[in-house]
Amino acid sequence: MNRRWWLPLILALLFLLSILLPHFGILNLYLQQVLMYVGINIILTISLNLVNGYMGEFSVGHAGFMAIGAYISSLLTVWVFPKSWGPFVFPLVLILGGLGAALAGLIVAFPSFKTRGDYLAIVTLAFNMIIKSVLENIEAIGGPRGFMGMSKLTNVAWVYVWVLITIFAIRNFVFSAYGRGILSIREDEVAAELVSVNTRQTKILAFVISSFFAGIAGGLFAHVLQFINPRSFTILKSTDVLVMVYLGGIGSIMGSILGASIYTILLELLRPLGVWRWVVGPLLLVILMVTRPRGIMGLREARWLLPAEEVQADAAVTS
Amino acid sequence: MPLLQVRGLTHYFGGLKAVANFNLDLEPGELVGIIGPNGAGKTTVFNLITGVYRPTEGQILLDGHNLVGLQPHAITNKGIARTFQTIRLFKDLSVLDNVRIACYSQVRYSPLAAFLHTQRFREEERQTREEALRLLDIFNLRRYAQAQAKNLPYGEQRRLEIARALATRPRLLLLDEPAAGMNPGEIQRLMELIQWLRREFQLTIILIEHQMRVVMGICERIQVLDFGETIAEGKPKEIQNHPRVLEAYLGKGVA
Repeated sequence: MNRRWWLPLILALLFLLSILLPHFGILNLYLQQVLMYVGINIILTISLNLVNGYMGEFSVGHAGFMAIGAYISSLLTVWVFPKSWGPFVFPLVLILGGLGAALAGLIVAFPSFKTRGDYLAIVTLAFNMIIKSVLENIEAIGGPRGFMGMSKLTNVAWVYVWVLITIFAIRNFVFSAYGRGILSIREDEVAAELVSVNTRQTKILAFVISSFFAGIAGGLFAHVLQFINPRSFTILKSTDVLVMVYLGGIGSIMGSILGASIYTILLELLRPLGVWRWVVGPLLLVILMVTRPRGIMGLREARWLLPAEEVQADAAVTS
Repeated sequence: MPLLQVRGLTHYFGGLKAVANFNLDLEPGELVGIIGPNGAGKTTVFNLITGVYRPTEGQILLDGHNLVGLQPHAITNKGIARTFQTIRLFKDLSVLDNVRIACYSQVRYSPLAAFLHTQRFREEERQTREEALRLLDIFNLRRYAQAQAKNLPYGEQRRLEIARALATRPRLLLLDEPAAGMNPGEIQRLMELIQWLRREFQLTIILIEHQMRVVMGICERIQVLDFGETIAEGKPKEIQNHPRVLEAYLGKGVA
């Protein structure tokens, strides 16, 4: 007996649409591109939300992890695999990019044992800058000129699938003992340890999972644009993701979906404003922080995203 | 064999000696009180036993095994749980989650099982929930299960903290001023609760308390600290009239 039989149905229907609409040219290339950016930004936002929202740390270097995923996956599709294999090895390539980013996430997790708050923010900022500098200084992968030659392997359907994987992987994780451990770190780290939460273990998990999905987003991004350079992954890109996280609301997957969608589409709509549109984002953030500091969804979750068992059991408790 | 042995425990904050040569032997099932004026080092002793601070000197043995140098969660897993002088609940989380978080180390499924929602994951999650609800029932908190912890009345927050501590399945429970801020009626119920818990969960308890009524009423043995030093120990009756205790609390010349 599944109370929510309609959810898989809708998700499957959307999957069909994500293949059919582009196939029959109902969505033009520009709209497809916007949709793909929305999806990629959703993945980035949810994954950053795990560290910044659920765990309550302040990582400002998310673009660094994205860069690692983007470069690893691009190098693999251009140098390692024959071009004709592209569509078949693409999922594997993305995962390898994600794993590379996850490894970097593991390294960043260690300073988080000893520092938190502002100091950890500086560590992640430094990490972002190091990644950019390293990429700029390796001539073999194009240095500051960037790297190209990727086929356009990313399409709307692939982005959709990865968005779903991200949503459900992180949802399932958050609603587990490990996820509750992450929440307890945000609430009171010392008390968490004293009620048996292995905070080092949970911090490692949070950083590794968060950076894995940032790496996936980077791989998808590289194969939409078919050109990447180190300047695409600076602190500015990280700031964009921060805006989307706090716009949508911390500790909420639905919030991240909304935040990423609204912000991405808004910036597209404001294209006629030229350079001025870059004022809108930060201004929006200021207004939001003053009027609704927890974002649109702040710490609340949409009902359809709660695990069925939780909803049923909760209903049983109160009745 | 004693459950807990503390030998020559000494701790400095910078140049300040917070605890000096603290010794304690605790037999299973005992209920021991630690009293002393503010700043005497009582809570520091708890922080040392639970691994929040690493002692400058001294030994802490549980069942003869050394605890010094272990991370706090590892010490908790060996069977020591505590509550806090000022309430430290996970305020924004539900009452149920506050207790479920304390079941962290009882979970055996891997993170991968959590991602995939395997059968094992669902079964263990169901058990965790039942365990947590059972504890909430004991403390009469079940009706608040979905409420945010910060919205509970003060007395309920205190009880929730004890429930959360018990969820870690301790053998030794450290209670840090559980009666603080309670009225006489609540204090009476608290004393009954502590004694009931002790029997029901077969607990050994160390109690820090300022309310003399509680300490004298339920503790079998009392240790008095002042400026980090143990100035007296013995049965409640002996402590009440001990000259050094009166001096520490009331000043010289009284005794």
